[in-house]
Amino acid sequence: MATTTRVATRQGAAGRVALRWFRELTLVPVIVLLMIGGAIVNPVFFTTSNLIDVATGGAALGLVVVAESLILLTGKFDISLQGTFGLAPLLGAWLIAPKASEGLGTEWSPWIGLLIVLLVGLVVGTFNGVLVIKANFNAFIFTLAMSILLTGLQLGWLGGKTVYHLPQVYIYLGSDSWFGIPAAVWVTTLVFVVAELFLRYHRVGRAMYAIGGNLEAARAAGIRVDSIRIGVFMVASVLAAVAGLMQAGRVTAVTAGQGSNLIFGVFAAAVIGGVSLDGGRGRMVGALTGVILLALVTNILTLSNISSTWIDAVDGAIILLALGVARLIGTERT
Amino acid sequence: MVENSSGGLAEHQPPVGEALSVSKTFGETKALTDVSLAVFAGECHGLVGRNGAGKSTLVTLLTGLNRPDHGSIRLGGQPAPSLADRGAWLERAACVYQRSMVVPPLTVAENVYLNRPTRGSKSQLVNWRRMREKAHAVMLEWGFDVDVDQSAGSLTVEQRQVVEIARALSIGGRFLILDEPTAALEKAAVERLFDRVRRMREGGVGVLYISHHLEEIYEICDRVSVLRDGALVLTGKVAEVSQANLVAAMVGSAPPRRVTEIEAVKTRREPGRELLEVSDLVVRSRAGSVEGVSITLRAGECLGLVGLDGSGSSTMADAIIGLIKPEAGTVKVRGALIPPGKVDAVLKRGVGYVPQDRHARGFAPQLGVGENITLTVLDRVAPGMLGLISSRERDRIARREVDKLQIVAGSLEQPVSSLSGGNQQKVVVGRALAQEPSVLVVVNPTVGVDVASKEALLDAVGQARDQGMAVLLVSDDFEDLRICTRLQVMVRGRISREFNKPPWDRQELIAAVEGLTPAGERV
Repeated sequence: MATTTRVATRQGAAGRVALRWFRELTLVPVIVLLMIGGAIVNPVFFTTSNLIDVATGGAALGLVVVAESLILLTGKFDISLQGTFGLAPLLGAWLIAPKASEGLGTEWSPWIGLLIVLLVGLVVGTFNGVLVIKANFNAFIFTLAMSILLTGLQLGWLGGKTVYHLPQVYIYLGSDSWFGIPAAVWVTTLVFVVAELFLRYHRVGRAMYAIGGNLEAARAAGIRVDSIRIGVFMVASVLAAVAGLMQAGRVTAVTAGQGSNLIFGVFAAAVIGGVSLDGGRGRMVGALTGVILLALVTNILTLSNISSTWIDAVDGAIILLALGVARLIGTERT
Repeated sequence: MVENSSGGLAEHQPPVGEALSVSKTFGETKALTDVSLAVFAGECHGLVGRNGAGKSTLVTLLTGLNRPDHGSIRLGGQPAPSLADRGAWLERAACVYQRSMVVPPLTVAENVYLNRPTRGSKSQLVNWRRMREKAHAVMLEWGFDVDVDQSAGSLTVEQRQVVEIARALSIGGRFLILDEPTAALEKAAVERLFDRVRRMREGGVGVLYISHHLEEIYEICDRVSVLRDGALVLTGKVAEVSQANLVAAMVGSAPPRRVTEIEAVKTRREPGRELLEVSDLVVRSRAGSVEGVSITLRAGECLGLVGLDGSGSSTMADAIIGLIKPEAGTVKVRGALIPPGKVDAVLKRGVGYVPQDRHARGFAPQLGVGENITLTVLDRVAPGMLGLISSRERDRIARREVDKLQIVAGSLEQPVSSLSGGNQQKVVVGRALAQEPSVLVVVNPTVGVDVASKEALLDAVGQARDQGMAVLLVSDDFEDLRICTRLQVMVRGRISREFNKPPWDRQELIAAVEGLTPAGERV
């Protein structure tokens, strides 16, 4: 009797492991369909250079998706990541670029510029984290206001112009390649892998799931819930700042509009990828499939002959469709 | 207070958990006064007391969530660690709370090892295989039958509790507090819980068992302590404390305003025709399941449904009103079957409802008194196809209820949120009465209400009853029951006892509600 139960349990466990992966990979069939569709729409789709384009396009987005997913897992969210994504590289660029290319004229070393990018992320993240967690501001309205403020600063400083002519060190991350693949793609992939492993195998990673799943239980278990949640806000904002740097490097300039409307795609990728808005549920593997899907959609729409004015509508429709598919297959989630 | 020698296995050792003349005051309220209590390894120590007696406060002191103003806590013979050191507290005193402390998205194994090292005490990394094996070993050691790879979200209430107990035991703590552990369990699950408690007791764990069900104390505990108004009034071996004494210790001397008998209905008349008929209702609910209850309610009578939290009495009201869909059974209003789980259909058939939580379901705070009262009769104040509100009709109906219930408000336009608690509750009752229902379902109508409002509310409901309404009053406040013509006591989802002739005997009623068998059958 006991042995049969044991065996049954084993099989049950194996089944559950399989199911867990199945849930994470819900989107794979959709991605395959999209790729077939892409090949039909335009033969250019399956060329190496185009696929690298897709990956590069997804790299910056992917980094912000990791950032937002970390916050979502702990049961909060941060809309101002898109503001940080724009403001951090702008501030760095502004202080290092000469007046002739719309800089401030201080012409600091590009290394200081990089430091400033990280610092902006750290400061914004700390500010958000402390005020949302400790002072108990509503995360939605507070980070929305922050987002508007950051984007506004970006526009105000630049007056609608673009900072260009950035030094090589500053654009390295977004423009250089290692072994034929853009550095940004390597970095984002690495961040995904590290985040996935951290969430699965580190005590703080597991504590984040506990916090998002049942805050009171986490507190009662002795988890330092406030420090961890503030820390997550900080890490996320730094990641968003680095993502902004990637984007700036890719286009070798910082525009006044960098980052605007980014956050919608970020939430969409995370949610399509199975990260719960209620916290405590979701994995980086899933979020990654969400990013790939969104990057593919953007690419295919560009390759197709759809008029650019219609791209947003089609984009929205496809995201709705993907949400539907994810929901349909994911209904057994408990 | 620990003068009694007990059947505990290890009284020669220092107690696993001990409060030494602790006192605690919150603002003006004295929550605990000079309470001493010791739990020894291998004993199950019952702690009982009415709501507000100080049980919860004592638990927060024993688990390090609060610091006593005076006195001290000792765990395993040593002074308690500082409040900041949660880890040290968790190792020595664990509590399974009424609300679940399980994290649903995680597996059972993770829940057992929540925030604890699985790869040596220094490492911050998680060893999944070790964690699963260790969690499985804990389950085996204590004979718990829960698959550790399962997601905790898919567990039953009972299994979640097992996970929490396993968590406490695996930390190594030998002092375990169970805070009303049976409140949400079915009968069979309660039996299995008792088995677990016995096993833990044999394994040298000291259990502090808090329960409203005195029956359980006699079943499982070695010693029992009674708290009343923040003071310890009795500690003794269960075998030496009679039920009558236990109830007497809990209730104390006669309450200030009333004698032991609850004032009876003054005018009584023969009940009329059957208005509400509930047959074999079965409802599953976290807030207390109902296991096959039938009641009938006639015009002009008021049936009091009495039970503790989790007894299923408030679930009955929810199911009748249609907020929860029952698994089985039927509800008939005036002979017509009600479609299950449809609130609007129920209300349309002439059932009025005063919900338990007035803030969540009772009123729209920003709207005026008049609008709130007439929310249930929109079809009458806004007649015709156009559906335009007739303010004269609205004011007429609202004025009638305001007068009947003596609602104190500046005007009919005054927002309900700005009223006192008592007047808010009157608005909620007024709203139910405005539709002139034939059946009125009322749940805890006088919670958090001042004395004068309480009288006004009960009088209004009593009046409605005299006018031929059938009233179902669900309450655990005995003073509410004075307007009842009949009482049924619910314990664990079933009707356990009926009282048909007022006045009600307070002692007898408490014994029934607490789940005691009629006096004389035990001890």
